[in-house]
This record gives sequence, structure tokens and C-alpha cells, in this order.
Amino acid sequence: MEIIFQPWPWYVGGPLIALTLFLYFYFGKNFGASTNFETLCTMAGAGKVSDYFKKDWKDRDFALLFVVGLIIGGFISSNYLILDQTIDLNPKTFQELTDLGFSNVGNTYFPNEIFGNEVAMSLKGFLILILSGACIGFGTRYAGGCTSGHAITGLSNFQLPSLLAVIGFFIGGIIAVWFLIPLIF
Amino acid sequence: MMKNIKFLVLGIFFAIVLSKVQAISWFRFYEMFKFQSFHMFGIIGGAVIVSAMIMQLFKRGVIKDINGNKIIPRPKKKGVIRTLVGGTFFGLGWGVSGACAAPVFVILGFKWLPALIILLGALIGAFIYGLLSKKLPS
Repeated sequence: MEIIFQPWPWYVGGPLIALTLFLYFYFGKNFGASTNFETLCTMAGAGKVSDYFKKDWKDRDFALLFVVGLIIGGFISSNYLILDQTIDLNPKTFQELTDLGFSNVGNTYFPNEIFGNEVAMSLKGFLILILSGACIGFGTRYAGGCTSGHAITGLSNFQLPSLLAVIGFFIGGIIAVWFLIPLIF
Repeated sequence: MMKNIKFLVLGIFFAIVLSKVQAISWFRFYEMFKFQSFHMFGIIGGAVIVSAMIMQLFKRGVIKDINGNKIIPRPKKKGVIRTLVGGTFFGLGWGVSGACAAPVFVILGFKWLPALIILLGALIGAFIYGLLSKKLPS
């Protein structure tokens, strides 16, 4: 039982993510997550505005069930499987974020300065979240994939577009963390 | 529907894995983009290496899918601009919010309100892409 409640080490993560990819393909479908953003747009009626979204979302019912599973799995994890969210951060990371004004750095998975409910309802906090989301939605669809579809499925299948996409992920991520985060906070 | 229920179970499994290895934590991604920790590189690198071996078994037909068909992973859409520029946009959103496409749904189970706002933003972003898709360079 002990092992279930402890954080799992990094070397367990890779093979278990690969197992997920394996089962996804074994079940007959291409592994990925970001196409669901388009499917949800279609379900919300985006097909009335743009032909791009005129698709039958029922063809993707398997992916929607996967998404429902992700939400359920997150709920189970947060309530029953992770009793302690402490993260063993690099002391340098801890110091940097503390200097930027973050409190309780690494005591939980998500910093209160971005994920607190009151922050999310403030104008600045709301804009940070919704604009980040818009970049995620636009960027993954333009690039044709996210961490699952490009970094894991694409790279392991030696796809050149995926290598370029992952380079892009890091260009954006480095700009965000090295420049935008200190600018915002 | 019933035959696809296995995807729901797989989603639960994937969410638990990502949660337990901390691959949904904002702090872990911050550390990754600052190159201050090996943790996320180990996870993603490990996933790619094991997946590459699995892909070889698929391609050589050693492992077939549940219906006995050969597994052919779909080739990715080509284009230097779309992958680099699209990837950079995604990286910006990922770096600031610490959420990527699968984790955003997992985070709903942890912090539903901020995750819902990120998800709403992602749908707006995907919608904008859909509107512009024919005009954007590839």
C-alpha cells in the first residue's frame, strides 16, 4: 500500500506512459490528446460558423471517453492517491520562485499565485489562465499535436515534424519561464 | 459505446500515472524549462525510448491491434512553419500555465476552476485556428 501513496519516481513514469500509448494503439486508435479541443468545439456548435468544424464528433467517442477518464483519474488521484503534494524541487528553483513572490513553493502541485480560486477570478489571474489556454489550443492545433501526439508518439515514430514541434515547444516554454513569468510576477 | 469503455479506463490509468509522477505539476514544468531538474526529461525521455521500441514492434507487424489489423501510426502533417510557430505558441501557454493538452483535463480533478478557465481558453484557441486554418502558412 505504501508504494501507492508515495510519489512515483521518474523512471516509472516513462514506461507507464509508453504502456498507455501501446494500449491506445492496440485498441486501434492513434494516441494523442489535443484533437479533443476541436471535437469539443464541434460539439459546442462551431460547425455553424466554420466548415472546419463540420465533422461527426461521434466518430471520436473513444477519445471523449478517454478525456472523461482523465478527469475521473485526476479526481481519484487528488482525493485518494496523493496525500502529500510536496515536490522535491531543486533548491535553486525554490529560491527563484520565492524571490519572485511565490509562497509555499513546492508544497503543493499548483502555486496559489496562478491556481488559487480568488486569483482565477481576479482580472489579471483570469487573463493569465485564459490567454495561456488560448495559446495551448491554437498552438497544438496549428502544430498538429501536443506533448502526447508530437513529443511522445511522433518522436518515437521518428517523425521530423514532431522534432520541429518539440523544438517549438521549448522555444515557447523557455520564453515563458525565463521572460514572461518574471515579467508577470 | 460499450466497446469503447476501455478508453475510459485507460484515461483513468493515464491520469493516475501523470498525477503520481508529478507530470501535471506547474512547478515540475517550470523546473524543466529552466533546466534545473532531470525529473521531467527522464519521464519524457523514458516514454520516448520505450515507445520507440513499441513502434518497431508495430511496424514489423509483431504486434497487431485488438482486431488483428496491422498497426500503422498516422504520419504527422509536414510543414516547418506550422510546427515551429504552432509549437512555440503551445510552449508559451504551457510554460506560463503549466498545463498541456492531456494534463489540463487531469487538473480539472485537482483545481477545477482555474483548469476550466484554461480549457475554455484552449477551445477558443482551437476555434481561432479552425477559422484561420486555410489562411495560415504551413
